[in-house]
Amino acid sequence: MTSVKYRAVIVEDEELARGVLRELLADHREIEIVGEYANGFEAVKHVPELKPDILFLDIQMPKLDGFEVLELLSNKDDMAVVFVTAYNEHALRAFEVHAVDYLLKPFAAARFAEALDRAKQRVGQKQVAPVVELASAARPQGQYAERIPVKDGPRVHIIPVAKLEFAEAQDDYVSLASEGKKYLKQGAISSLEANLDPNDFLRIHRSYLVRLECVSKLEPLSKDSYVVTLHSGARLPVSKSGYAKLKAVLETER
Amino acid sequence: MHPILGNLRRLAIYLLAWIPLTTVLTGVLRYSGGMDGTVAFTMAAPLCVVYAFICLGIWYLCKATPLESTSFSQLQLTHLLAAIVISGVWVLLAKALADVLTASSPSYVGLNVQVRKDYPLLFVSGFLLYLLAAAFHYVMLSQELSRLAEQREAKANLLARDSELKALKAQVNPHFLFNSLNSISALTSVDAKRARDMCILLADFLRSTLGLGEKTAIPISEELQLVRAFLAVEKVRFGQRLIVQEYVDPQALDCIVPPLLLQPLVENAINHGVSNLLEGGWIKLEIKHVGADLTMLVENNFDREAPSRPGTGTGLKNVRQRLEAKFGPRATLMLDNAGDIFRVEITLPAECVVTI
Repeated sequence: MTSVKYRAVIVEDEELARGVLRELLADHREIEIVGEYANGFEAVKHVPELKPDILFLDIQMPKLDGFEVLELLSNKDDMAVVFVTAYNEHALRAFEVHAVDYLLKPFAAARFAEALDRAKQRVGQKQVAPVVELASAARPQGQYAERIPVKDGPRVHIIPVAKLEFAEAQDDYVSLASEGKKYLKQGAISSLEANLDPNDFLRIHRSYLVRLECVSKLEPLSKDSYVVTLHSGARLPVSKSGYAKLKAVLETER
Repeated sequence: MHPILGNLRRLAIYLLAWIPLTTVLTGVLRYSGGMDGTVAFTMAAPLCVVYAFICLGIWYLCKATPLESTSFSQLQLTHLLAAIVISGVWVLLAKALADVLTASSPSYVGLNVQVRKDYPLLFVSGFLLYLLAAAFHYVMLSQELSRLAEQREAKANLLARDSELKALKAQVNPHFLFNSLNSISALTSVDAKRARDMCILLADFLRSTLGLGEKTAIPISEELQLVRAFLAVEKVRFGQRLIVQEYVDPQALDCIVPPLLLQPLVENAINHGVSNLLEGGWIKLEIKHVGADLTMLVENNFDREAPSRPGTGTGLKNVRQRLEAKFGPRATLMLDNAGDIFRVEITLPAECVVTI
């Protein structure tokens, strides 16, 4: 009789698939299911309060996919994540975001027990590597993020990358400017940069990333600094190295 | 491009064909028109050269009024009017030529008066030559059409082989299988009877896809059976979330279509529709037989902001290519994704088995 209790959450949009997990977990008395969510929005809203030890996460779901859910969970490093999916294409990416296991539907009870053992071993060990940086490493060559999910209290905004004007680093956050509004997202500007197409976005300053299309004009401000004006009227500082890069790009375009 | 004007060799052959016509006209002007032999030839030769080029213009008129799609009365009227106008112009040209010749040399004295008596003769010759040229152009046009059709058929055969292979591959999406198997595995312990039902549905679907790759055409009822089996399986997976509406014109059921046109569209509707909709999604399937056309419509609601899913667009592209290969411009595939509704409409010529 084990006294250790693990708290688990299931995030899966299909009722039947949730049923399988529920049933298999019933054989493992040491696990308690503290939440079941049929979509990413609900998961992002409740998982941080529930503080589960183990998260069973589907990948293909409405609204937010499994990777996006994980990206938005502030306490993701405290959980052992097991992806559950019918698609094997995402396996590499799943391990890059430090998933403990990747279950391919349908799976056997024995295979599930194995994943559960791995998850239990992981519980209590904090993640070392920051997860988000690595997410981009696993993205196939030439493929960049199309949308950026941002958590705003209990709400989740989806910013299409095509609508992103510029980003500004603010301590542990990045402020994203899109369609006249600003959204704060946890993370480093460098990891955002790694997820975006370098043909569309340029790091013009330690703290600024700009969409090239939005640039209207580039002017000197003082001896070593420059300022860029965007079509929207926003003015952003440009560093010396940023100026060299921007000038090169703007000149090749002409 | 004009088939004769655009090709020097053909133009040369065409003009050679006018030599006997010139001879005939010379004879007509001499024996019936009462002209002297040399005078008749001097009149006939330039008139025929000019008329040869005027007649080339008939090609455009023939192209605008194809024999297959123009009513007989319209055809008659068009060519009658054109023949009268062109023959009239020809007579005027003859008059002008006669005037010029009369003024130029004493040997042509009286030609300008003489030619007036020959107006009806010239008009009738012009009229007959017009009809000859029109018939010639129609023959040429139909030859060109059959050549184009042959070319398209050759290309279609090539594409058909290619797309058959693709169709075979596209038949069963492995993810569909995995998801279905997962649903069955979920049902076995909770509801054994439903699990068995689903196995049977899946078997039905797989069986009906098996033979399809080799066939080039099937009755629409067979495709519909496949689509229904597919939807029945998905209905188990999505439960209440999936709503299917079906409107099938019973007259359309016996129409013959290439296999696997509808199924990929319905599969897309599931993968990009209900799969991404928390509150559930609907699919509307409509098959109509109107006049000579068969219309198949697949409509579904979808979430514009949903995360992208793998395999986008290949199914649709495959359907489009196969339609193009088999029917050319006679089939259309229209897409519309205004608002939150995605709509694909296929229109193709209805080929129906007549059941008595």
